[in-house]
Amino acid sequence: MSAMVDQSGRKQDTEAQIGRRRRGRSWAFLIVLLALAALFYAITIVKMAHL
Amino acid sequence: MSGITTRGQEAEIAQSDAILLEADYRDWIALLKPRVMTLVVFTGAIGLLVAPGHVHLVLGLTAILCIAVAAGACGAINMWYDRDIDAVMRRTQRRPIPAGRIDPASALGFGITLAAGAVIVMGLALNVAAAAVLTLSICFYVFVYTMWLKRRTPQNIVIGGAAGAFPPVIGWAAVTGSVDLVPLILFAIIFIWTPPHFWSLALWANDDYRRAGIPMLPVTNGAKETRRQIFLYTLVLVPLTLAPYAVGFSGVSYAVAAALLGLIFLQRVWAVLRDRQDAQGTSLTNDAPARAAFKYSIYYLFALFGALAVDRLLG
Repeated sequence: MSAMVDQSGRKQDTEAQIGRRRRGRSWAFLIVLLALAALFYAITIVKMAHL
Repeated sequence: MSGITTRGQEAEIAQSDAILLEADYRDWIALLKPRVMTLVVFTGAIGLLVAPGHVHLVLGLTAILCIAVAAGACGAINMWYDRDIDAVMRRTQRRPIPAGRIDPASALGFGITLAAGAVIVMGLALNVAAAAVLTLSICFYVFVYTMWLKRRTPQNIVIGGAAGAFPPVIGWAAVTGSVDLVPLILFAIIFIWTPPHFWSLALWANDDYRRAGIPMLPVTNGAKETRRQIFLYTLVLVPLTLAPYAVGFSGVSYAVAAALLGLIFLQRVWAVLRDRQDAQGTSLTNDAPARAAFKYSIYYLFALFGALAVDRLLG
């Protein structure tokens, strides 16, 4: 993934790259949340079945 | 110019070079050291599989997930604490913190949140004993290994190796709710396996450790002594791997597999000891035997624990 170089010579992301990375993070966060909800639901069902 | 100044400056350069880059989800995953996690998850799962008793599949997978997340949390906290030396070592300077893609405080918060979450879920879904051992392993890795031993003594990975030896104990405790002799034997096997494994790596990666000021054995005591220690630890390790058979926990198939795997390991570390070297013990073969021993040590532990699981499940 290439980055632009600003006037001081430092690497800097383009807006498109920043947007792409933020979208990637948001999707990853959504997947983690959904997986956690499913996991807690499954744990609850199993624990209730063994009460 | 002192080593500390150089390290500080290099870290600063690495930070300023990339501070404007934005992290993506892969950087957060990288904080968890996923490659290290593989062995932790595997040995934890074996502890769970060979333990007497039964645990529901969902709860078993939850226990493995908690072990994995806790290991990842330790990795994140380790990267937060070691960000100065990570910026100096070639192998680690592209990590998200020294590269400036994730700020240190966020990495620390991420690690603490994951560690706390893993312990709470382990306690609620499995049992208090498993949660307690998980907590102990996290504290050991963070406070004893990372913060205390790593930068102070060449025994860092000998004592610190205990942190990586906890997973089978945690897996066992998740099923039984207790800790007894067999998980302690599994703990001891990983504990004794760790020094020859890491020192085989340190023999050919010691420039990085020297630059970062980490007192790994090849840096403090030289390559010759490191080769000797690798061989001695492996000599202790091989008979120890027969202990599950000796205490009646496993069958002959495991004992045969452990003996054969051990003999190959001994042959590999003998090659490290007898590698063509100069007077200081520096390899004249680009450390080919040490590279081979390091690679084999990973397969060895996988195969050894795999053999134990197969023996228990089929026996």
